[in-house]
Amino acid sequence: MTQQGVRWTTDQVLALAPDAASRKAGSKLGTAGPWTEAGSSDEGTVWGLCKGSGSKPYQTVVDIADASGPAYKCSCPSRKFPCKHALGLLLLWAGGGGAVPEGKAPEWAAQWTAGRRERAGVKRAGGSPGSPSGSADPEAARRRAERRAERVTAGAVELEQRLADLVRGGLATAEQSGYGLWEETAARMVDAQAQGLAGRVRELGVIPSTGPGWPVRLLEECALLHLLGQGWLRRERLPAGLAATVRSRIGLPASADGPPVRDRWLVLAQYDTADARLTTRRIWLYGAGTRRTVLLLSYGVAGRAPEPALPVGLTLEAEVCSYPGAGQPRVALGERFAPPAPARIRPQGVTTSRAAARYGDALRDDPWLESVPVTLDRVIPTPDRDSWQLADADEDAALPLTPAARSRPGLWRLVALSGGAPVRVFGECGHQGFSPLTAWPDGPGEAVALC
Amino acid sequence: MNRTSAPVGAPAAGAWEGLVTTALLGTDRRSTPGAGPGPEAPVALLDAAAVETVRRRAGLRPARAAERPRPAPEDPRPPLPPAAARRLAMLLADRPGVSGGGRRGAAPDLMELLPQWLAAANARGFAPPPQVLPALLDAARGRTDLRPPVLEFAGPRALWLARLNPDWRFALRSAPGGGAALPHLEDDDTVRRLWQEGLFAERVALLSALRSRQPSAARDLLATTWATERAEDRLMFLDSLRSGLGPEDEAFLEQALADRSRNVRATAAELLSALPGSALAGRMAVRAEACVAVDRTQSTPAIAVEAPHECDPGMERDGVVAKAPAGRGERSWWFGQLVEAAPLATWSRRLGGRTPREIVARPVADGWQGELHAAWCRAAVRQQDAEWSRALLGEPSAPEAGGPGAVSLAERAKLLGTLHADERAEWVAGFIATHGLSEAFQLLGVCAVPWAAPLGRAVVDALNIARDAGSYPWSFSGVMGLAERCLDPSEAGRLDALLAVPDEPESASPGAGGYWAESFQRLATTLRLRAAMAEELGAP
Repeated sequence: MTQQGVRWTTDQVLALAPDAASRKAGSKLGTAGPWTEAGSSDEGTVWGLCKGSGSKPYQTVVDIADASGPAYKCSCPSRKFPCKHALGLLLLWAGGGGAVPEGKAPEWAAQWTAGRRERAGVKRAGGSPGSPSGSADPEAARRRAERRAERVTAGAVELEQRLADLVRGGLATAEQSGYGLWEETAARMVDAQAQGLAGRVRELGVIPSTGPGWPVRLLEECALLHLLGQGWLRRERLPAGLAATVRSRIGLPASADGPPVRDRWLVLAQYDTADARLTTRRIWLYGAGTRRTVLLLSYGVAGRAPEPALPVGLTLEAEVCSYPGAGQPRVALGERFAPPAPARIRPQGVTTSRAAARYGDALRDDPWLESVPVTLDRVIPTPDRDSWQLADADEDAALPLTPAARSRPGLWRLVALSGGAPVRVFGECGHQGFSPLTAWPDGPGEAVALC
Repeated sequence: MNRTSAPVGAPAAGAWEGLVTTALLGTDRRSTPGAGPGPEAPVALLDAAAVETVRRRAGLRPARAAERPRPAPEDPRPPLPPAAARRLAMLLADRPGVSGGGRRGAAPDLMELLPQWLAAANARGFAPPPQVLPALLDAARGRTDLRPPVLEFAGPRALWLARLNPDWRFALRSAPGGGAALPHLEDDDTVRRLWQEGLFAERVALLSALRSRQPSAARDLLATTWATERAEDRLMFLDSLRSGLGPEDEAFLEQALADRSRNVRATAAELLSALPGSALAGRMAVRAEACVAVDRTQSTPAIAVEAPHECDPGMERDGVVAKAPAGRGERSWWFGQLVEAAPLATWSRRLGGRTPREIVARPVADGWQGELHAAWCRAAVRQQDAEWSRALLGEPSAPEAGGPGAVSLAERAKLLGTLHADERAEWVAGFIATHGLSEAFQLLGVCAVPWAAPLGRAVVDALNIARDAGSYPWSFSGVMGLAERCLDPSEAGRLDALLAVPDEPESASPGAGGYWAESFQRLATTLRLRAAMAEELGAP
């Protein structure tokens, strides 16, 4: 399918940037100055020559025709992806103003696009590469899975032992033994191929240094870890949905094999969290017809933006498939039927009491759940001593912000947007409080991203 | 969330507290509530804690609401057009220091365009989208020169917001009472009460607001409390009479000549001497005339100067400072002050009915020329006399980078300030055409933005010449930066020929051509950006 005639918005382009530095560098190149021979074709190719520091300008091409996301090619040496030149070119194109006229692609651009589309066509024809199990020997796959389950079981037993030792000797000793003990345990869980357990163990190591009340938090997390280990060891006796949740919490791979659900999905929020090795992108979608809120999770190695990039406030007509597990919001994006377009949809909101109750209900299906996606309607950001809360405009009830949300710049955008008046706020509501991600003014107005 | 409201029917928070205590001490030291000691005790504790944890989380409820903030006042201005709002977000995202400094490359310096953008938006009277207020306030926090236009644009909601965040306290200081505290100036009683009871900043704001609308009412208001004001305050208040100064202020200023404070006296004298019809100006004219005569004994008649021999009490009362600064002769010091304060019209009369240009062209005997011309320059600036300024500036193309009278670039810049904008631009264009850019920076700073066509052309031509001369562009980075902000965007087309990397002549600094091309690209890009900005804001 092609996207001829549909120019993207600037926000849509900027969301493709792998990091803030690229976004800034790309913005600066999004002006006509450094570009020559730029153009765009009906087939969805955008190209241009960008003056760099060398004598030869960089050749930049972007193929925007593919519904699964744009593809980039640039002759610059940057390892960022997309590079600033590709971003600048798209910004220039998105800005209109005649700097990127319609035309026929030059030889170098056309060649690359043609080659790429050919390869993509072959790949599609050769079946979906995402399901390796389809081609492999099912018997071998079963044996592999069994071996892995045995290793996880061994890891879980060992972890249970360590937790019991810890509680026998007292959490107070954990404060002295420090981070090293947990790092070692986490490494053992990685060996056991239980990434989910490893991640939780690593977080345990940090808790004793998080200030007053740490014993309570440490006991909570130890208890939930114990619950997860026990869940794994007795998974045969659990209901199927809960067993699937346990498997995914442990870190076993799963595929999105739920039935495809087609809807107009509104992009509620997109944000990235990064550690040294990996960038994780979370995109919350709201189905205009199904009224479901679902989560797209994607990963990128450091320096590369996870795909896809979906700007807040746009809607895409697409199919999504759920991952297994009771109450899991995670889905995989299937076929897209049209490029993202602005829409006036807003999610329906609830009161703070309903939001808290919703979290409580969700714990029934997944007791390890940190938070649930909720839209609050008619709440007023309200200062509460040295913190903030979202107070119902019409009831005497309020949800406090999470500690992390209090220090984000998005808080002040939210306060400014509200100006003391009620706003609608989408965010994550959990036991630490509410983390606002997107807000809408009470009257007409666009969605304002807060993260 | 509200930890204190325990879930309904919980076996009391005590159960959980007991679990935490046991976990902290260890099951070896303290038994688990509801379980015996033994090897199974830790597992029993963890089981119980898991149940309690999930139970506590599932039972969470909202807290009581704190006192809600008072709503922000309405902003009646129309909202920004969407394209302009996007542009603003882009300008604000370009914070200096984020990219780590260094060479600027061919990309425009977006933050430098913010002042222009704000001026245009304020001229059109748009209100900002509320969600950009934090970024605007942060920008103004780092740059004091941005504060007035930012606060004007940001409007009442920004002040509301600033009360909630100590980082933005400057916004409350900069706008006492948010500008809204000034009463209707027609309401005499309120004005009088604010004048008598207000804080210093409020009173200064009130006085200048009143002065800009009804100059004599402001002066009368000041006179009501003049005698009881402190000396520093008297000085500040007197200074606010500078705007809207007129002959009717003379009586008030004349009595301030007898003030206890020397600084107040000096300011009063300075203001009076800017009124050519005032009695003080007349007295100064008499004194100055006595020192200057035409010496007809020479072959070409020259101006002869006989500086005063003493500084009498009358002179001191009229603001002449008796003590000369170190290194200056006191007679020439006194003489300079007399000429500076005398009305310029005096000289045509005294020196034979000639035009300022003829007078300035006359030779001056005994090396007094520098002193005399410098004093005339100061007088021309003080009295805003365009004709004398023109004469003292001379021809911009005159050799040795100066007219007959002008002494320093700073003085020339001030003289240019008395001319009409077009004439000013033309003079500076002529100066640059002859003398190049190395001394033009200060003069360019007084020219109206955007630069008039001849001036813009002169600057671009001079940059082109500088490039061909083979030096590096950063010797001209100051002028380049000014050009990016001040050149008329419609001139961008004239730069097209300069964007390519030229062939390097042998004498050139290595690589200079590439850097020049980059600088010109940045200039052209910035101009296009400014044109787009103006269009988005619907500027005429």
